[in-house]
Amino acid sequence: MKQTEGMTLIVKTVTRISVWLVLLYGIYIILHGHLSPGGGFAGGVIIALAFLNVMLAFGRDFIKNWLNIDMLHDIDSSSATMFIAVGILGIAFGGSFLANFIPHGTLFNLVSSGTIQVLNIVIGLKVGMGLFIVVWALVLFHLDQKE
Amino acid sequence: MTVYLLCFALFLVGIYGIITKRDLVRIIISWGIMGYAVNLMFVLFGYKNGSIYPIFVKNAPVLPQTMVDPLPQALVLTSIVIELGNTAMLAALAVRLFQKYQTFDITKIRRLSG
Amino acid sequence: MILPFFIIIPLLTAFVITLISGERDDWAVILSIIVEISLLILSVFCFFRVDGTAVIYKMSNWKAPIGIILVADSLSIFMLIIVSFIALTSLIFSVHYIRHLSPSWNYYALFMLLVTGMNGVIATGDLFNMFVFVEITLFAAYALVAYGNRAEEFEASFKYAIMGSISSAFVLLGIGITYAMTSTLTLANIAEVLKQKDPMVSLWIGGIFLAGFGLKAAIMPFHAWLPDAHSSAPAPISAMLSGVLIKALGVYVLIRLFFNVLGGIAIFNEVFVILGTISILVGGFLAMGQWDFKRLLAYSSISQVGYIFLGIGLGTWLGILGAVFHLLNHAIFKSLLFYNAGSLETAFGTRDLRKMGNVAKALPVTSFTSMVASLSISGVPPFNGFFSKLIIIIAAIQAGRPIYAFLAAIGSLITLAYYMKVQRFGFHGKNILQVEKNAVSFGMNSAMIILAVLCLVTSLLIVPGIREATLDTIVAVIMNKTGYVSQILGRQ
Repeated sequence: MKQTEGMTLIVKTVTRISVWLVLLYGIYIILHGHLSPGGGFAGGVIIALAFLNVMLAFGRDFIKNWLNIDMLHDIDSSSATMFIAVGILGIAFGGSFLANFIPHGTLFNLVSSGTIQVLNIVIGLKVGMGLFIVVWALVLFHLDQKE
Repeated sequence: MTVYLLCFALFLVGIYGIITKRDLVRIIISWGIMGYAVNLMFVLFGYKNGSIYPIFVKNAPVLPQTMVDPLPQALVLTSIVIELGNTAMLAALAVRLFQKYQTFDITKIRRLSG
Repeated sequence: MILPFFIIIPLLTAFVITLISGERDDWAVILSIIVEISLLILSVFCFFRVDGTAVIYKMSNWKAPIGIILVADSLSIFMLIIVSFIALTSLIFSVHYIRHLSPSWNYYALFMLLVTGMNGVIATGDLFNMFVFVEITLFAAYALVAYGNRAEEFEASFKYAIMGSISSAFVLLGIGITYAMTSTLTLANIAEVLKQKDPMVSLWIGGIFLAGFGLKAAIMPFHAWLPDAHSSAPAPISAMLSGVLIKALGVYVLIRLFFNVLGGIAIFNEVFVILGTISILVGGFLAMGQWDFKRLLAYSSISQVGYIFLGIGLGTWLGILGAVFHLLNHAIFKSLLFYNAGSLETAFGTRDLRKMGNVAKALPVTSFTSMVASLSISGVPPFNGFFSKLIIIIAAIQAGRPIYAFLAAIGSLITLAYYMKVQRFGFHGKNILQVEKNAVSFGMNSAMIILAVLCLVTSLLIVPGIREATLDTIVAVIMNKTGYVSQILGRQ
C-alpha cells in the first residue's frame, strides 16, 4: 500500500460518518466559549483535527482534489485581519484597543458577553486553518527523496 | 510542597533529555516535557484548599470566594498555544535537516564549528 | 493615544501582506517600506512629546492591576526609534538582496512580525505580555535565520531554536514563581510588593530571569548560539538580529527587570560587571582567529554587548550614560558592517577573507563605508564609538574600579587589531578579482551611506546642549528606580 493512498477500508468507512460529528463538536466548543471551558483555540484545534482525520484516512491525493488549499490560506489571513479590525473598532467605539462595544445581553444566553464571542469565532477559524496548513506543508515533503 | 518538588523533578527530566539524547526528535520531545512541567506548576499555584472550579452555572448560585484562582489557568492556555507554535517550528526544522543531511543524529550534523 | 499603534500597524501589515500578495513581492515591498517610514515618524514625534513623565495606556479599558497596560517613558521611546530606524535601513537593503534568494512575499510578512514583537516588548508594562511578545519575535527570528534554504542555515536555526526554547522555559518558571509570591503581573505592582517580602525571593527571581533573558542578550556563559545564527543568516537579518534584537530582547528587558522592578540589588550589579568584562575579552580573542567575515562580526557583537553590560553594572550616572550611548552606536555601526559583508557576498559569492582581494575600485561605496565603520567600532575620534567607550572607561575609573577600566581599554585595542585585519585582507588584499557590473544595487548603497553619515552625526549627541535634551532624560529614567513605580501607581 503506497504512502499516499490512505488506510484500510474499515477506517475509511468509519471516517465517512465520524468526521462530521467531530466538526460539529468543534463548532459547539467555539460558540459556547463564554459559557463553558474551551473557547477559540480549543475549538480551532478540533476543527483542524477533523480535516487531518480525513487526510490520514484517505491519503494526500484525495485532499488535493477535495479541498482548495488557497481558499484555506485566504480564510486564515482574513480571519487574522478581522481580529485587528475588531480591535480598531474598539478604539473607535469603546475608547481603547480591543474594548467591548457590543451590548452585553442577558446572562447565560448563547448570544451574549459582547466581543468575546466574535473573537472566539475568528480565532477558531484561524487556528483551524493554520494548524491544518502547517501539517499539510510538512506532509508535502517526501522524506524518502534526496534533495 | 511535595507537589511542587515533583513538578521540578519533571522539569529536570526534560533538561536531562535535552542534554544527553542524540536524536533530534527525542530532543524535541524532551523540550515538550519541560514545557508540560512548567504549565503544571502554574496551574498548581492557583489552587486553594477545598475550592471548586471557577465557572458560573445557571440555577446554582456560587460565591466567587470559594473558587480557585482563574488567572493562572488563562496564562497556561496562552503558554500552551506558544508551545504548539514552537513545536511546529522545531518539527519543520527537523524535517528540513533530514532532507539536507540524511540523518537525525546530532553528532553528524556538524558543518558549522569554531 | 498613539501607543497601541506601534503594535497594531506592523501586525496588520503582516496579515495584509499575506492576503493581497500574489506571486511577486512588489506590493509587499511597497507596503512594508511605507509602514516602516510611518513608524519612524511616529516614534520621533513621541520622543519630543514625552518629557520626563510616563505615558500609560490601558488595553480594553481595564485598570492597572487587573488589565494589561502599555507604558512609554524616555527609555522605551528611545528603543523604539532605534528599532524603527534599523528596520527601515534593513528593508531598503534587502529589496535587492532577497530577490536573489527567492522572489517571495514571505520574507516581508515575517519581517513585519519581527518588528511587531520588538515594539511589543518595548512598549508593554506587564510581565506575561512581555513574554508573549518575546516569543513572537523569536519565532520570526528562527524562521528568518533559515530563510536561505542552505544546510548550514537550518543547523544554525535549530541550535538557536532549542537554546531559545530552553531559556523561554526558564523565563516561564520565573514568571510562575513571581506570580506565586506577588499575585499580580503588572511590573509596577510587582516592584511594590517585592519591597515588603523577604530579600531571598528577589535574589531567586533575579537569578532565574538572568539565566532566561541573558541567553537572549548573549552575554558570556550563554553566547553559544550567536556565532552560528548571526553568520548563517542573510545579511539584512544578521543586521537586525545583531543590531536591535539582542538589545531589545536582552538588554532592555534586563534593565527594566533589574533596575525598575527588583530595585537595583548590589550583587546583580557585580554580576553584570564581571560577566560584561569576561564577554569583552573572550569575544575579542575569539574574533581574532576567525577567517569568515560574518563570524568575526558575530564574535565582535558579543564583545560590544559586554561593554554595555559593564556600563550598566557600574550603576553610576556616567556608566549608564555610556551604556545607553554605546547601545545606539553599536546598532548603527554593526548594521553597517553586516551590510558591507552582504554586499561583498553578493558581488563575490564568498565570505572567506583569504579569498578576497582589492575591491576599492570595484565597490567604492562598500570599501569607504567599511573603513568608516571599522574606525568607529575601534574607538577612533571623531567617530561615535570613541565617545561612548571613553565614557564607560572614565565611569569605571570614577567608580573606584581601575582594573575593569584597564581591561576595557585592552578590549578596545583587540577590537582595533581584528578590524585592521579585516581591512587588510578583505579590502586591500593581494588577489585580483572580477566583479560584474551592478552587482550592488542602488538600495544597498544608499542604506550603507545613510548609516555611515549617522556614524559621524551621532557623535554630536555628546555636545552638552543636545545631550540634556536627549540622553540625560533616558539616564534619569533608569537611575530613578522608584520613579517608574510611583508614576504608574499614582495615576491609575
